[in-house]
Amino acid sequence: MEVGQMQRRLLEYTKSLFMEGVLDNQFLQLQQLQDESNPDFVAEVVSLFFADSERLLNDLTRALDQPTIDFKMVDSHVHQLKGSSSSIGAERIKNACVAFRNFCEEQNIEGCMSCLQQVKQEYCLVKNKLETLFRMEQQIVAAGGSIPMMELSF
Amino acid sequence: MESCNCIEPQWPADELLMKYQYISDFFIALAYFSIPLELIYFVKKSAVFPYRWVLVQFGAFIVLCGATHLINLWTFNMHSRTVAIVMTTAKVLTAVVSCATALMLVHIIPDLLSVKTRELFLKNKAAELDREMGLIRTQEETGRHVRMLTHEIRSTLDRHTILKTTLVELGRTLALEECALWMPTRTGLELQLSYTLRQQNPVGYTVPIQLPVINQVFSSNHAVKISPNCPVARLRPLAGKYMPGEVVAVRVPLLHLSNFQINDWPELSTKRYALMVLMLPSDSARQWHVHELELVEVVADQVAVALSHAAILEESMRARDLLMQQNIALDSARREAETAIRARNDFLAVMNHEMRTPMHAIIALSSLLQETELTPEQRLMVETILKSSNLLATLINDVLDLSRLEDGSLQLQIGTFNLHAVFREVLNLIKPIASVKKLLVALNLAPDLPEYAVGDEKRLMQTLLNVVGNAVKFTKEGNISITGFVAKSESLRDSRAPEFFPVPIENHFYLRVQVRDSGSGISPQDIPNLFTKFAQNQAIALRNSSGSGLGLAICKRFVNLMEGHIWIESEGLGKGCTAIFIVKLGIPEHSNDSNLSFIPKMPVHGQTNFPGLKVLVMDENGVSRSVTKGLLLHLGCDVMTVSSVEECFQVVSHEHQVVFMDVCVPGIDGYEVAVHIHDKFTRRHERPLIVALTGSTDNLTKDNCMRVGMDGVILKPVSLEKMRSVLSDLLEHRVLFESM
Repeated sequence: MEVGQMQRRLLEYTKSLFMEGVLDNQFLQLQQLQDESNPDFVAEVVSLFFADSERLLNDLTRALDQPTIDFKMVDSHVHQLKGSSSSIGAERIKNACVAFRNFCEEQNIEGCMSCLQQVKQEYCLVKNKLETLFRMEQQIVAAGGSIPMMELSF
Repeated sequence: MESCNCIEPQWPADELLMKYQYISDFFIALAYFSIPLELIYFVKKSAVFPYRWVLVQFGAFIVLCGATHLINLWTFNMHSRTVAIVMTTAKVLTAVVSCATALMLVHIIPDLLSVKTRELFLKNKAAELDREMGLIRTQEETGRHVRMLTHEIRSTLDRHTILKTTLVELGRTLALEECALWMPTRTGLELQLSYTLRQQNPVGYTVPIQLPVINQVFSSNHAVKISPNCPVARLRPLAGKYMPGEVVAVRVPLLHLSNFQINDWPELSTKRYALMVLMLPSDSARQWHVHELELVEVVADQVAVALSHAAILEESMRARDLLMQQNIALDSARREAETAIRARNDFLAVMNHEMRTPMHAIIALSSLLQETELTPEQRLMVETILKSSNLLATLINDVLDLSRLEDGSLQLQIGTFNLHAVFREVLNLIKPIASVKKLLVALNLAPDLPEYAVGDEKRLMQTLLNVVGNAVKFTKEGNISITGFVAKSESLRDSRAPEFFPVPIENHFYLRVQVRDSGSGISPQDIPNLFTKFAQNQAIALRNSSGSGLGLAICKRFVNLMEGHIWIESEGLGKGCTAIFIVKLGIPEHSNDSNLSFIPKMPVHGQTNFPGLKVLVMDENGVSRSVTKGLLLHLGCDVMTVSSVEECFQVVSHEHQVVFMDVCVPGIDGYEVAVHIHDKFTRRHERPLIVALTGSTDNLTKDNCMRVGMDGVILKPVSLEKMRSVLSDLLEHRVLFESM
C-alpha cells in the first residue's frame, strides 16, 4: 500500500475516532506538541495513561469488592482517572467517570458497579483504538512517509 | 223674830224636778272632775304637749265648774249661809277662771288648728317623696336592665346572637308580647323581617322602605309610637277580640367601617337603618312609659355599636383569610419560579457543555475534511456544512449569552480598543455580502470621534455587526450608510426614549451610530416588537428565513449594559429604515497606549516562545502532569515537575518564575501551597507567579484562588495557543484571570 493511501486511511480512522467520540480535541493538541525535540511525546503520554488507568481500575475493582465500600477512596480514584482521561482526550472514559462520580456521591453500589464495567469497557476500546492508530503511524513512518498534521479551526 | 240667815228659794221646789236637777248636777260635777284627770293621764302619755299652762288653766276651770255644780247640790234645799258663801266664792272663782280661759283659748285654738294643717302638709310631702322614690327605683331598675342587656349584647361578636339576644332580653325586661327586627335588603329598597321573638322562623315578609311611618321612625332617633295596624306591626294574625297593645318602633343605625374614619362622630347622612318594633301585650292596659322608651332607645344604640363591632371583626377575619390565601399562592408561585430557575440553570449548565461538544466535533471534522482532496461539488458541500455549523454555533452562543444577559450575570469586558478599527472591521465583514447584493456601503466617522475608547470591544462589534447585518439583509437594492459621531447633550434626549437620561460625565462620551438603509422598511406598528426576542416580523419572515429573532434583543441588552439606548425609525413599508444606538464609552487616559492589543483574531501577539523560562508544575495526576510538561517544553520553557504538595514546598525557589498548580476539588492543598509561597517569598519581585489549573467553572474556585493570593486561574483543558497567550499575558501584566 502506498504512503498516500496509508495516510488517507489514517485520516479516516482518526476521523472515525472523533465521530464516535472516543477522542476529542485534546488528543489533537497532544499531537501538536510532538516535534523534533520531543518526537515520541504522544506515545509516552499514552503509555503513561495506560499504566495509570490499569492501576486505577484494579484499585477500583478491589475497593468495590470490599464488604464495606469506602466511597471516598473510590471517588478519589475515579477523579484521578477522569483527570488522566481528559488530559489525553479520551472523551468517553471521561464521561463515564463523571457518571461514576455521581453514583459515588449517592453511594449507590449497583450504579457504581455498572459504571465500573462501563469504564473498563471504554478503556479497552480506547486502548485498542490507540494501539491500532500507533501501528498505522509506524507503518507510514516505516514506508518513508510522514504523519499528516491535523489542523483545526474553531 | 229674828231674821234667819238662810236663803230661801223663791218658790217651793217641785220634788221630781229637784231630784232631776240634783242628779244632773252630780253627774256634771263628776264629769267635770274626771275630765282633767283624763287630760292629765293622756298628756302624761303623750310625748309632746307644749301647752301645760293651758292645761292647768283649763283644769282649774273645770274643777271650779265641777265644784260649783257640786255645791249646787246643797242649794236645792234650805242651806245655811256658809254654804251660800262657799257657793258664791266658787262661782266667782269659776267666773274668773272661765273668762281667763276663754280669753286664752282665743290664742290657743288657731295654733292648734295650724298644727293640724302642718300635719296634713307633711303627710302630703311624705306621699310625694314616696312617689319619687318609686320613680327613682324604677329608673334604677331600668338602668340595671340596660346594663344587663348591653352586657348580653356585647358579650358576643356574632351578628345573629347579638340580635337574637337583644330581642329576647328586651322581651323579658319589658314583658313584651312581640318584638321584631326588620333589616334592609341588599338593594336598600325594602325592609325584610329578619328576627322575631316569638315566631321561630320568620317567613320573609318584606315591606317597602318608603312608607311614611317608616320615614317618620327613621328621621328621629327617639322611639316612636306607631299604630298597631301599620304593616311593620302586623306580625300576628289578628284573632277576634284582640285589642292590640301599643306598639313602638325605633331605628337601629347600621354603621359601616368607613364611618369611623372621621374624627368626630359622623352625621348619619347616607345611613342604612334597621327597624325594631316592640309590641306590648294585647288586652292589657299597659302603656309605654317614658323610661321604657328611653330604655329602648339606649338599647337600639348599643345594638348598633355591637353590630358594627361584629362587622369590623368579620371584615378583618375576611382580610386575614385573603392575606393567608395570597401568601400561600405567592409562596407556591415563588417555589415554582425557583424550580423553574433551577431547571433552567441545570439545563443551561448541561447545554453549555453538551451542545458545544458535538458542535466542535462537527466543525473540527468539517475543517479536517476541507484539508483532504475533494471534488468541487464535495468541496461546496463541505463548505456549506461548515458555514451552517458556524451559524449554529453562533446561535447556540447567542442563546446562552441571552440567558446569561437576562440573569444579569453577564458583565462587560472593559478594555481599551481602537474604535475606528471596529468600524473598519465591520465594514470589511459586510462588504462581501453587500457586493453580492450590489449594495453600496458607506462609512462616515466624525472627525472628533476619538480613535481609542474604553469599553467592551467584542460586544460593541457584535452589536454593530448585527445592526449593519440587518440593514444589509433587509435591503434588496440601494445603499447603506453608517455614521458614527460623538453625541452632544441636545441630541441625546430623544422623544422616543423618555426613560433615557444621559448624564455627561468626565472621561466618558456617548457614541451615536446611525445605520440607514434604503430597504423594505418596517411599518410603525411592528417597531415595538423588533426588540422582543423570538418575535418575528411577519412580512420579513416571509421574505427570508435567516433571522432567528434574537439578534436585536441581544443588541438591546448589550446597549443597555453600556448605559445606552437603541431604537429604530422607519417611515413605513418600502421607505427604508434607520437603526440608531447610543452607547457610553470611556476616554482612555493615554491616547496612544502602546499596550493595546486590538483585532482579537490575531493569534500571535507578544512572545511566541519563552526560552529559559523556569517553570514548576505541580500535579498529582501523572498523565496530566506530563501533558502540561509537554506543552511547556514545546514553548521552550525549562520545566520541573513535582507530584505532591510536600515536594513542591521543598523544591520551589526564587529561580522559578511561574508555578502551575493543579487544583482539584477533592484536595485543597493547592491553596496551602499558595499561602506557603507567599509566606516564603515576602518580596514581590522574588516570588514566583502562581497559576491554578482547574477543571471547574464555578466562581467559587476562582474566588478561593484569588483569596489565597494566586495570580491566575486557567480552565482545563489548555490548548497550545491558550498556554502561549497565558504565559505572555502573565509575564506582561503579572496577573491573569481568565473569565469563566
